Amino acid sequence: MQEWASHLCENRQFGSKMTDSKYFTTTKKGEIFELKAELNSDKKEKKKEAVKKVIASMTVGKDVSALFPDVVNCMQTDNLELKKLVYLYLMNYAKSQPDMAIMAVNTFVKDCEDPNPLIRALAVRTMGCIRVDKITEYLCEPLRKCLKDEDPYVRKTAAVCVAKLHDINAQLVEDQGFLDTLKDLISDSNPMVVANAVAALSEIAESHPNSNLLDLNPQTINKLLTALNECTEWGQIFILDCLANYTPRDDRESQSICERVTPRLSHANSAVVLSAVKVLMKFMEMLPKDLDYYGTLLKKLAPPLVTLLSAEPELQYVALRNINLIVQRRPEILKHEMKVFFVKYNDPIYVKLEKLDIMIRLASQANIAQVLAELKEYATEVDVDFVRKAVRAIGRCAIKVEQSAERCVSTLLDLIQTKVNYVVQEAIVVIKDIFRKYPNKYESVIATLCENLDSLDEPEARAAMIWIVGEYAERIDNADELLESFLEGFHDESTQVQLQLLTAIVKLFLKKPTETQELVQQVLSLATQDSDNPDLRDRGYIYWRLLSTDPVAAKEVVLAEKPLISEETDLIEPTLLEELICHIGTLASVYHKPPSAFVEGSRGVQHKRLPGSAGSGETVESPDTGSAAGVSDAPPAVIPSQGDLLGDLLNLDLTPPATTGPPPPATSGMQLGAMDLLGGGLDSLMGDESEPLGGDLGGSLGMGAGFGAPSAAPAASFSAPVSGGLDDLFDLGGGVGMPMGAYSPPKTVWLPATKGKGLEISGTFARRAGVIQMEMTLTNKAMSVMTDFAIQFNRNSFGLAPAGPLQVLTPLSPNQSIEVSLPLNTVGPVMKMDPLNNLQVAVKNNIDVFYFSCQYPISMLFVEDGKMERQVFLATWKDISNDNEAQFQIKDCHLSSDAASNKLQGSNIFTIAKRTVDGQDMLYQSTKLSNGIWVLAELRVQTGNPTFTVCLKCRAPEVSQCVFQSYEAVLKN
Amino acid sequence: MINSLFLISHSGDIFLEKHWKSVISRSVCDYFLEAKEKSGDPENVAPVLQTPHHYLISIYRGKLFFLSVTQTEVPPLFVIEFLHRVADTFQDYFGDCSEVVIKENTVTVYELLEEMLDNGFPLATESNVLKEMIRPPTILRSVVNTLTGGSNVGGTLPTGQLSNVPWRRAGVKYTNNEAYFDVIEEIDAILDKSGTTVFAEIQGVVEACVKLTGMPDLTLSFMNPRLLDDVSFHPCVRFKRWESERVLSFIPPDGNFRLMSYHVSSQNLVAIPVYVKQNISFLETGSCGRLDITIGPKQTMGKTVENLTVTIPMPKSVLSVNLTATQGTYTFDLTTKAVLWDVGKLNPQKLPNLRGSISIQTGAPKPEENPSINIDLKIQQLAISGLKVSRLDMYGEKYKPFKGVKYVTKAGKFQVRT
Repeated sequence: MQEWASHLCENRQFGSKMTDSKYFTTTKKGEIFELKAELNSDKKEKKKEAVKKVIASMTVGKDVSALFPDVVNCMQTDNLELKKLVYLYLMNYAKSQPDMAIMAVNTFVKDCEDPNPLIRALAVRTMGCIRVDKITEYLCEPLRKCLKDEDPYVRKTAAVCVAKLHDINAQLVEDQGFLDTLKDLISDSNPMVVANAVAALSEIAESHPNSNLLDLNPQTINKLLTALNECTEWGQIFILDCLANYTPRDDRESQSICERVTPRLSHANSAVVLSAVKVLMKFMEMLPKDLDYYGTLLKKLAPPLVTLLSAEPELQYVALRNINLIVQRRPEILKHEMKVFFVKYNDPIYVKLEKLDIMIRLASQANIAQVLAELKEYATEVDVDFVRKAVRAIGRCAIKVEQSAERCVSTLLDLIQTKVNYVVQEAIVVIKDIFRKYPNKYESVIATLCENLDSLDEPEARAAMIWIVGEYAERIDNADELLESFLEGFHDESTQVQLQLLTAIVKLFLKKPTETQELVQQVLSLATQDSDNPDLRDRGYIYWRLLSTDPVAAKEVVLAEKPLISEETDLIEPTLLEELICHIGTLASVYHKPPSAFVEGSRGVQHKRLPGSAGSGETVESPDTGSAAGVSDAPPAVIPSQGDLLGDLLNLDLTPPATTGPPPPATSGMQLGAMDLLGGGLDSLMGDESEPLGGDLGGSLGMGAGFGAPSAAPAASFSAPVSGGLDDLFDLGGGVGMPMGAYSPPKTVWLPATKGKGLEISGTFARRAGVIQMEMTLTNKAMSVMTDFAIQFNRNSFGLAPAGPLQVLTPLSPNQSIEVSLPLNTVGPVMKMDPLNNLQVAVKNNIDVFYFSCQYPISMLFVEDGKMERQVFLATWKDISNDNEAQFQIKDCHLSSDAASNKLQGSNIFTIAKRTVDGQDMLYQSTKLSNGIWVLAELRVQTGNPTFTVCLKCRAPEVSQCVFQSYEAVLKN
Repeated sequence: MINSLFLISHSGDIFLEKHWKSVISRSVCDYFLEAKEKSGDPENVAPVLQTPHHYLISIYRGKLFFLSVTQTEVPPLFVIEFLHRVADTFQDYFGDCSEVVIKENTVTVYELLEEMLDNGFPLATESNVLKEMIRPPTILRSVVNTLTGGSNVGGTLPTGQLSNVPWRRAGVKYTNNEAYFDVIEEIDAILDKSGTTVFAEIQGVVEACVKLTGMPDLTLSFMNPRLLDDVSFHPCVRFKRWESERVLSFIPPDGNFRLMSYHVSSQNLVAIPVYVKQNISFLETGSCGRLDITIGPKQTMGKTVENLTVTIPMPKSVLSVNLTATQGTYTFDLTTKAVLWDVGKLNPQKLPNLRGSISIQTGAPKPEENPSINIDLKIQQLAISGLKVSRLDMYGEKYKPFKGVKYVTKAGKFQVRT
């Protein structure tokens, strides 16, 4: 403020200069009086000067509200400048002086009738800005007239005024029918009016998410597209954003819209460009990929995105945040443009960090050499944050591009040699990750790492180093000394380091038990007795008990082989990514969060979704490839290279060992419980793993979607304990965006009316959102009313039982029929039936008890988490003896292998891998029954041959026949 | 949409506020000032900030922050573009966009802001339209207004507001009809230690100054339009004709405007006009280092390189430098630690050289980072991409205008790593 004041003085000295600074002299108290006198002067010029002084004071935040009546008195004038100045004043102070503001109403109403359209528009515009209820009442009539004014300038101003009024009094706007008038303006002949109407409606719609205000149909879309070519740049943004909410009917309409939007990519205004990109990215989803136009469009998208990066840094930042989303969704667009993301010395730091992120996303085998050279360069820059991120990026490259790992490691070693403290620490953290991706490959560098032990002062780096020492304890001669040195200051370390130290010493003990007994005792007692951190204490106790009860088991658990870390841990979860793509160019795209997560009072904000593809020859991407867009073309590999002990453990536990006789009545609920326990337990035992893996939200979210009901109870209880580790094992996230309609046979008559004393029951079974439903139609063909329905099942092979009573609430009158859907569970008593899927049912009503039996398709029992880990599949396939193998043929099936795979997936038969040999596609599939029986299948599809061969392997071969029937039913329907 | 605008000086004073909806207390700026404090350099303040109830979107121009406050989900680019437009308008009206100038013209600024935005929606942002409604202040006009009681504000509806050519005002008259086009290209490049190009691209613009009577319809064609595959146009350019014939057909705005900007990124097209032989090294011990830089012409297409300057931001631990320049002068800024060498014209016969020693704070470790060398230069009468205007035709009016095209190449972000 002081500077400001001194500045004023300075200006006063140059008082003779004709500038507005001369108005800044009202600081003294007496000057309000002086102004008052001037405002009431007879001379027009003096009045105007006085109003200017008042406005000048107002702009710098001084209170000049005391002059309200005097200023309003100046309003009735034919001098437009004076009128505008008074209006400016009014808008600022009317709220604080509502009674006085009424004085202005008459002038406003009169001005709305003025022959000059500029004055009419100005009046209606200003009235809308005065947020005083009493004034708003008077606004309605003039506004109604102005909305129908002959002059488009007035109409477009009035359109915005409706939005203002809605903000002040929404009910009034609805009652007065202004919304309909506004909707009519979308068809106005003037493009600027159309644009403003769209803008106003969009703003109003934001507070009414479900109001359907912008009812988009092909006709309105056409009008919008026409207006798009002729309106101002800002109008184009409003129209494009509105277009993005539309879902075209088919790929042809989609293409025609894209064609008409593409020219906007060459607009000078970057906001127009980005809004156009949003429309194209969204509508592109609907275009078949084999279409020539699709390729053309992809090519057209790259240059405008690159151009955005030569704009001002603020624009670059927003553009980069959006490009980050775009490269995750469609990496092919910018894959050749790596160099534009190279960081320049004088980029602002926020631009540098974003560029770095995108560089890693675009890194591939083709450009990795360039990228590494750049990253190495950045690691010697001045800004510490940036340098750290650059070092981290080198590690991410190593994990992402396997071929480059060696070069990355040697680059990191070079950086460690610089001895710059934070570079060394950051490098050690990423080298730990590299070890986790490529175990036993680069341990030669450990010696170099150990040399830098003393310089590590950040917890993350210390923890990483300790992990490395523990993991490779058998190859480090003085591992015990190293760890012991950390142990000295145990209580001063952060939790992260303490936990790591505990685990590392236990590992060391299991590897070299003889020399380290004392050390392990020491750390266990530090962790359990001297620590008040519950995590640390519990982990300490678990190790302790494990070691004392069964050292061999302890060894197997603690030193078990770990799952490799995934390629990219920081990818945005696919459903979120899809939603964000729909929000390109908005704040959501900058924060990388859905609007519902941060928009204030988000009144049930709708989640936007990308439209599904309507491509003719195109199939929906299989879940394997869909989640990692980068590899979508590569066929899944059949033979995994690494064994996975954790997977085996789980598999053993969940699959009952070779069954004879009826399978044990395990329930799906209990299954989940077992998994929770195991998952949680393993998690804490391998705590060092759980942190980075568990951070991945994809597992739980994807699972929710997989169950088809994210809010449903099972999904909710499921999502909490299942961390990324389990996600890796089950890969449930893959279910996202799949057609989840499990096959359900048509209804058949189970109980004919003749046998049911007039009650006819027909029915079928379906699996919806993970729940088995028995769907029945009860028809009363008797002459009397039926009531008191109830249902019971006989014992059956899979323990099916009604999960609730039969809900027939109203009596069933004669000739009436009712649809009932009965949820089932699998916790009932078990008895092996023949055929296996036979179900005996008793239905009772007020007349009698009736018995019938029906057969359910076994596919109802296929659970959603029936996707086996590849390694486990392979091991299990080998493990099951060939005697349990059954081979079947399905004739007359005209599906491609992909289509078949999709269809089967809908019924929870999951394709794990695909291999093509001599034109024959072999699909490897797994299915899990609700009682935990796994069925493994090999489906052979010869192109052009309608006969499929299914090979089923299962520990309980009895089910094979039923499973085959399901295969046939699903594939043929 | 945009709720409020605050203008904040680089030292953190809020000196102007304008609200288009309900008034938002200026205390909301505290979040911004906090972020500014944290980031140190004003250029490093992130442009989009989130507070519990508002979003703050800002730009930094002319040592000023233009900070807009919004409450709803708006496209941030839209806001940033608009803020830049506001700054451009100030620049256009007052010849400068600084705190002093804005304070001197607050009332006009206020009138402008009111005209540019209504309820947060942009209203009139074309400088032609604005100038018809609010006349730019000139000393002469103020004097005339005082004498005649005239007004700064136009009383009629600006013609451009609703016509199909909103960027042009009607009834333009000139005695001398002229149309000048400047093709300006900037080379952005990163060269590595050995002089190999790591990255290079050209950012080109065609700036126009058109003063023509009536409603002229112009067609500008290029000798080699194939060069241009990544372009953005002023709204006046007819995109269809560009797509089909590769000519720029347009009814121009009146006065100065940017007709087109383009981007040449394929590296074989980007000529690097100079080479730099450099050696900057710091000794392990002894708190000193050496610097030796020579600059020579590389691909200049036979033209002279002018206004050559070299900036080297030295590490913070450098105390002073003692250098000799064979040509031009050098300065060392003690606060920013930057060596600025003003070379002038580049003489291919006698290459300019700067060499000498650098002294570092005693006891400070050897600097970790390598300073990068930033080059600025200018080449007249050359568009380094090779772009050439072939002809300009005018339709719709009868007179013969004066026509002219100028080319100039400059260094943009031209950086040599050491």
